[in-house]
Amino acid sequence: MQLISSLIIPTIVLVVIVHGLINQVNIFDSFLKGVKEGLKMTLDIFPTILAMIISINVLLKSNIIIDLTHVLSPVFKVINIPSDIIPLALMRPISGSSSLIIMNNILMTLGPDSYIGRVASVIQGSTDTTIYIIGLYFSSVGIKKIKYALSVGLLADLSCVIIALIMVSLFF
Amino acid sequence: MINYIWGGFFIIGIIYSFITGNTEGINNEILTSASSSVNMILQILPIMCLWLGIMQIASDSGLIKKLSRKITPLITKLFPNIPPEHEALTLISSNIIMNMLGLGNAATPFGLKAMKSMQNLNKEKDTATRSMITFLVINTASVTIIPTTVISFRIIAGSTNPTDIVLVSIITSFLSCIVGLILDRLFYFLRRKKYATNL
Repeated sequence: MQLISSLIIPTIVLVVIVHGLINQVNIFDSFLKGVKEGLKMTLDIFPTILAMIISINVLLKSNIIIDLTHVLSPVFKVINIPSDIIPLALMRPISGSSSLIIMNNILMTLGPDSYIGRVASVIQGSTDTTIYIIGLYFSSVGIKKIKYALSVGLLADLSCVIIALIMVSLFF
Repeated sequence: MINYIWGGFFIIGIIYSFITGNTEGINNEILTSASSSVNMILQILPIMCLWLGIMQIASDSGLIKKLSRKITPLITKLFPNIPPEHEALTLISSNIIMNMLGLGNAATPFGLKAMKSMQNLNKEKDTATRSMITFLVINTASVTIIPTTVISFRIIAGSTNPTDIVLVSIITSFLSCIVGLILDRLFYFLRRKKYATNL
């Protein structure tokens, strides 16, 4: 399994480069163009990251999340969600950058190769900011009645958390 | 919305620390957090640049377009209310492929165009259609093949094998996307009577 995981990125790189050469693309120039795009994009998200880090860290340092997690953990225990993962699960659908920072805190304190560290990585990597996307996409075309979109989106997010917990314990 | 979240974190955090008497910690946190954001951005930068470089080649060589065309027949089945060959289906396919390849920012314009195209088919302009909801479910459950940002954070946290979560991530996001689609179908049929007038 680890082998397949470590083969995915090199395989994609190989396919892309071979396909580019066959189609006579200036692959080196294209690559540089993409790198510049990456530079610009990273700079573009910098203000958001800075803003979110400060506010998330103030919230985390106040210990309110830990205290709340203790209060809420019996509820999550019913569906077997470990309390360390709750802040991430709650923030993931709301804000991508804040959940990223919460994930980073988990990786730094519990370790990236711990069970919770891996689950956090999988949750962060395999679902998107549901509430943000629903807000952005619907408002862009002037939709006000979103019917069952939010319920389905959030239930799918919850299923992602549960599936991540199961899959990580199965694979590692 | 983001105003309330961002401001709310500060307000709740600061007031709670006043109540619990943890003001020293909060004071330090405000001052040191800004510098940790610089570290964080430096961690994301190289992986982001590398991946976007590779994906630029894929886009220039027509590989991304080719992949999008490959999944269009499947997409057509998932959206029974969009006429076959409609441009919305191509836009949706492109958006999904780009999200899969970790090109979230490049995917968004296609997603917005897909919404506009579906809105043209919509009879009640202020109400979401079945197709729009299906599209957003796929989009938010996002089957991601390469979680680039996550990998870069795992590298910095000292993981012995930062990419070992890739396969599990793909399986998890694929399964949760399927769960999302099943729920989408379920909700649609359960509530069909209520919204009988709208597709």
